[in-house]
Amino acid sequence: MTAIVRPRPMLITLGLLLLLVFWLSLALGPVSLPLGDTLLAGLRLLGLPVEGGDSQQAQLILGQIRLPRSLLGIAVGSVLALSGVAMQGLFRNPLADPGLVGVSGGAALGAAVAIVGGSLLGGLPPAIEPYLLSVCAFAGGLIVTAMVYRFGRSDGQTNVATMLLAGVAMTAMAGAGVGLFTYLADDATLRTLTFWNLGSLNGASYPRLWPLLIVAVGVALWLPRRAAALNALLLGESEARHLGFNVERIKLELVLCTALGVGAAVAAAGLIGFIGLVVPHLMRLLVGPDHRVLLPASLLAGASLLLLADLVARLLLAPAELPIGIVTALIGAPFFLYLLVRGRS
Amino acid sequence: MLRANNLMVRRGNRTVLADIDIELHPGQVLGVLGPNGAGKSTLLAALCDELPANAGTVSLDERAIADWPGQERARRLAVLPQSSSLNFAFSVNEVVGMGRLPHASGRVRDAQIVAQALSAADALHLAGRSYLALSGGERQRVHLARVLAQLWPGAEGQTLLLDEPTSMLDPLHQHTILQAVRDFAGRGAAVLVILHDLNLAARYCDHLLLLQEGRPHAYGPPDEVLTAQALEAVYGLQVLIQRHPERGHPLIIAR
Repeated sequence: MTAIVRPRPMLITLGLLLLLVFWLSLALGPVSLPLGDTLLAGLRLLGLPVEGGDSQQAQLILGQIRLPRSLLGIAVGSVLALSGVAMQGLFRNPLADPGLVGVSGGAALGAAVAIVGGSLLGGLPPAIEPYLLSVCAFAGGLIVTAMVYRFGRSDGQTNVATMLLAGVAMTAMAGAGVGLFTYLADDATLRTLTFWNLGSLNGASYPRLWPLLIVAVGVALWLPRRAAALNALLLGESEARHLGFNVERIKLELVLCTALGVGAAVAAAGLIGFIGLVVPHLMRLLVGPDHRVLLPASLLAGASLLLLADLVARLLLAPAELPIGIVTALIGAPFFLYLLVRGRS
Repeated sequence: MLRANNLMVRRGNRTVLADIDIELHPGQVLGVLGPNGAGKSTLLAALCDELPANAGTVSLDERAIADWPGQERARRLAVLPQSSSLNFAFSVNEVVGMGRLPHASGRVRDAQIVAQALSAADALHLAGRSYLALSGGERQRVHLARVLAQLWPGAEGQTLLLDEPTSMLDPLHQHTILQAVRDFAGRGAAVLVILHDLNLAARYCDHLLLLQEGRPHAYGPPDEVLTAQALEAVYGLQVLIQRHPERGHPLIIAR
């Protein structure tokens, strides 16, 4: 079963799909804008002198609410999908998830410390509270991943099997920490914590967007340069070494990309599951395992899928909003089961 | 030229390899024989810097093996491990194409080399198939084609290390594959091959190294190494040595 689809048309299709979903994501919401107005207002935001359309309202909703939210969705979705590809390559397992190296667990613990700790200290000034949460989540993810990586190292080599088990153990420990803070939390903070754990693009703003966008662009530019090495790594670590790759360095780079990328994504939008697992898997079925195609395909598809999930999250119970983690899990888990059953037959 | 001087490898307190002095000469095939656990794969790992030597040296073209930059080394030295863990649905062409990753010879040239290497391993008909759909023996031939492609066409100054390349092959392919390896050496490359089948070793190798508990028991041309005495000492197996009626190399028959 090799890739039947030729890579270039497939990538162009995925790119067009992302543009379409992006457009819908800008237009649809509690206040839906006509698609034409959205396009015109969008062009005007880019500084093009276009006439017509109900400009004022559309432009305000677009510029202040929908655009940052959609860009956040694109950055989170693409970074989660790319990290998923990196981890599945590193662990040479198509069912690996970016959370395996402990970054999600660590970020959740960091967020719990910020949310509950902040309220136990008698509340933080509202000006710094959201930033503190992001910084703590990002730092938590990095620290736990660094520890997992350390556990996997001995004699100058990284044993990915040990790292995998260390990731499971550290995630369990971080989970215990989150549980402890949940126990200590009062009703209001408990609600904040729970919602954060389910993920959301709600309340996206440019200050929250920029750090993630920078990390996402960095990861998106860096990982494709390692596509050949990732291919070789799938043969096995010693095979990759015999093909001339510095395997230890590449493993470190992959873990670092994932820790930074997922850490920043989780810090900006909370825990959003299944994108990092399902998107690379699905793309591998469509374009084959070659990372030179798989990485850009996963980037585009991850961004599209997250924007779609966000559309469902905000339209299904409008004007109320579902946490996006519920939507991705509802789409992702049955799909994953379908893949398992299909793979068995 | 790949050369090991007084090579010694320890695992824990146990010496698993010692007193190894070998040279791989251009155009020649060196066969490594020995019972399970005699240190054959350890030797191969030490020769390609997978396992650090506790004493002695391994050098490639007079330069310590560990000092070579990865890519330059990969253009001179290719290694076929005993088994592969590849678990992704690459096409056979893509797998063999990975052998060209250390080179920048261009897509057209790479495609030619992939086809020639596949043809040498009698696997050209598998080219478009998914690797995961192949049988064990077919996969083994595809990986052999991959390491052949890495050094193709196999000139002087290049070295190929093979760990039991025939372990999963049917009798016909055991011969076609070793003949392909022989032809590869014929173009100038040096080859080291670990084998279990004594008769295949007698037929296709120029020199043999017979290992016993990590130490060389005999090292020389097949006629000198494959003696009833040596084989009984190393394997505990009683054999008759005859001559191949047509080719004249030793033929080993268990008593």
